[in-house]
Amino acid sequence: MNLNFKHEWIETNIGLLAVLTMLAISVGGLVEIAPLFFIDKTIEKVDGVRPYTPLEQRGRDIYQREGCYLCHSQMIRPFRDEKLRYGHYSLAAESQYDHPFQWGSKRTGPDLARVGGKYSNEWHVQHLTAPRSMVPESVMPNYPWLRTTPLDTSDVAERMKALRKVGVPYSLTQAEYDANVKKFGETVAKQLHIPNAQQSLIEQANFGNYDGDRSGISEMDALVAYLQVLGTMVDFSKYKDDAFVDDR
Amino acid sequence: MAVTTYSGAEQYNFDVVKKFAVMSLVWAVIGMFVGVYIASELAWPFLNFDSPYFSFGRFRPVHTTSVIFGFGGSALFATSYYVVQRTCQTRLISDGMASFTFWGWMAAIALADFSYVLGYTQSREYAEMEWPIDILIEIVWVTYLILFVGTIMRRKQPHIYVANWFYLAFILATALLHTFNNLAMPIDLFSMKSYSLFSGVQDAMTQWWYGHNAVGFFLTAAFLGMMYYFVPKQAGRPIYSYRLSIVHFWALGFMYMWVGAHHLHWTALPDWTSSLAAAFSILLLMPSWGGMINGIMTLSGAWDKLRTDPIMRFMIVALSFYGMSTFEGPMMSLKEVNALSHYTDWTVGHVHSGALGWVAMISFGSLYHMMPKLWDTKIYSRKLVEWHFWLATIGIVLYIVAMWISGITQGLMWRAFDEFGNLQYSFVESVAAMHPFYAMRAIGGMFFLTGAVMMAFNMFMTIRQGKRESAALEAKLASKLAHA
Repeated sequence: MNLNFKHEWIETNIGLLAVLTMLAISVGGLVEIAPLFFIDKTIEKVDGVRPYTPLEQRGRDIYQREGCYLCHSQMIRPFRDEKLRYGHYSLAAESQYDHPFQWGSKRTGPDLARVGGKYSNEWHVQHLTAPRSMVPESVMPNYPWLRTTPLDTSDVAERMKALRKVGVPYSLTQAEYDANVKKFGETVAKQLHIPNAQQSLIEQANFGNYDGDRSGISEMDALVAYLQVLGTMVDFSKYKDDAFVDDR
Repeated sequence: MAVTTYSGAEQYNFDVVKKFAVMSLVWAVIGMFVGVYIASELAWPFLNFDSPYFSFGRFRPVHTTSVIFGFGGSALFATSYYVVQRTCQTRLISDGMASFTFWGWMAAIALADFSYVLGYTQSREYAEMEWPIDILIEIVWVTYLILFVGTIMRRKQPHIYVANWFYLAFILATALLHTFNNLAMPIDLFSMKSYSLFSGVQDAMTQWWYGHNAVGFFLTAAFLGMMYYFVPKQAGRPIYSYRLSIVHFWALGFMYMWVGAHHLHWTALPDWTSSLAAAFSILLLMPSWGGMINGIMTLSGAWDKLRTDPIMRFMIVALSFYGMSTFEGPMMSLKEVNALSHYTDWTVGHVHSGALGWVAMISFGSLYHMMPKLWDTKIYSRKLVEWHFWLATIGIVLYIVAMWISGITQGLMWRAFDEFGNLQYSFVESVAAMHPFYAMRAIGGMFFLTGAVMMAFNMFMTIRQGKRESAALEAKLASKLAHA
């Protein structure tokens, strides 16, 4: 740089001003975001995490549509109180197939990262339909339309294809299917196979009967199926207490 | 050089400035009304009325989009077009492009609000718009950039005024953030639904890099641009320190982009990233206060104006809230403080001390200065400006005090243990404890909304008065010509 540098040069030259501004604002993002894609330790090596089944993914779509993330986080922090209230702290690996992430930023209601299996399906259905009938102090809106609206299953394969394009290992070809069998086991691999999408969605909904109504598949079926899988994929009893400390 | 003709349509394009100024008040009233409504839903949940369309989760982005991009965005378009023309002493390079940015921006906000109510959302905070709306915004934004830079290139004097640096940084940064945070794969060309390109931890980092810099550039740098023009104008004095404006401009632009990860303390984001963000958040206090000091000190030697000029009062209180919230922010980005404050209402209070205290107050002050000039008249009622000032200030104080108490209470209740080492409170006990503060917050919001409605009325009457005066003047001229 010239020792006789004058700021005047910049403020009399719009091109220079624009380029230098662009440089100044680009550095932070590059340094903090780009390495997250390359540093191996960013996502822990852990067994059990799999993409959502077609029904769960449709439930996730509804979770997004209703804006649940605005009041419920899905990210447990490594504190004693959160461990007691919600369970093991969340791992990056657990949301590696979440497009988009749903970590949230506010707990008007409790964290949901490990809500799966904590309550019965019946509890969820009643609670989503009329929260204050279960928890009188709750300020959650009622969601009665979920039980009465049939789930649109027509484009589930298209949705999975879009997710496959952004990196979720849903299988389209035999080779991809075989790879999934190796990685996730046959039962799961079948559910992740796009050509079977609609059929496996219907099977899971009928078998699980999440909304307690066998006459059809409702949006409630999908949402409860999603809630019931949250945080259940990793079996933490297999890992030592400090197993993930180095990855943080 | 003194420019005497404000209404001279040939010299400047004030038509687009007028449109944006009016719409910023319209969006302020809409967005703040929705804000009061959703605040009331949290206090009295029956207001959700079992309706999908008005339930909190779908309605909240309507509030944030309408106030940030509708009200704030329109105020920025209006003032930046005004400032760039006045300081460069030249007309916007294209009336067609200017008009396109107006209609395009209005369409984007309106479409976004309707789409949320219908359930279309990317579920990324402050970037909820789905992909077709994102593309529309991208096109409008690039047009804005070309128009702004093109107009500066045609300036009549060598120097680019400091307000324009800030507006330029805001336009560039917003383009960068909007582009990268909205990368998504639509499920079909004819479907509104898309999935984010990134997942999990990378997605979270990208979103909060966007999220915090929406605050840093959209809600700060740009409004500093506004401050750098309208505060000296209203005070009738030059900016306090030219040197300070240079230093804090570059420091602010560089540092802001590092701090987003402080929204992800203690999460599955690696520690190195959030620690780096925390360090930069502390450093950011300096350029932030540089801007505040430069603004407030501009008034030195003219402090008496605070007693007599309600518009000046809006601006100085705005700068004070800016200083307050840019002190609170770095404090909340300390990991130990964040462990308590994160996920609670404290964050909501912090955002509103910035958004209501700084962004809205500086916009109100600037619009009160600019709008009478645009219509070549005087403010219809200064009394109403006084009333607006006090309603807004009391509203903000009610709001943030309520959120401080509720936020800290939540944080403490969640981590309280009894003598046996068990959690002392169930979650829902903390929800129940919030009720009085949620009610208080809604009331604070109503104060602020009432002030905004008064302003809209006051400006409506001002415009009417301006039109009558110019019609009368024309009639007089015409009759004189007829007699001559």
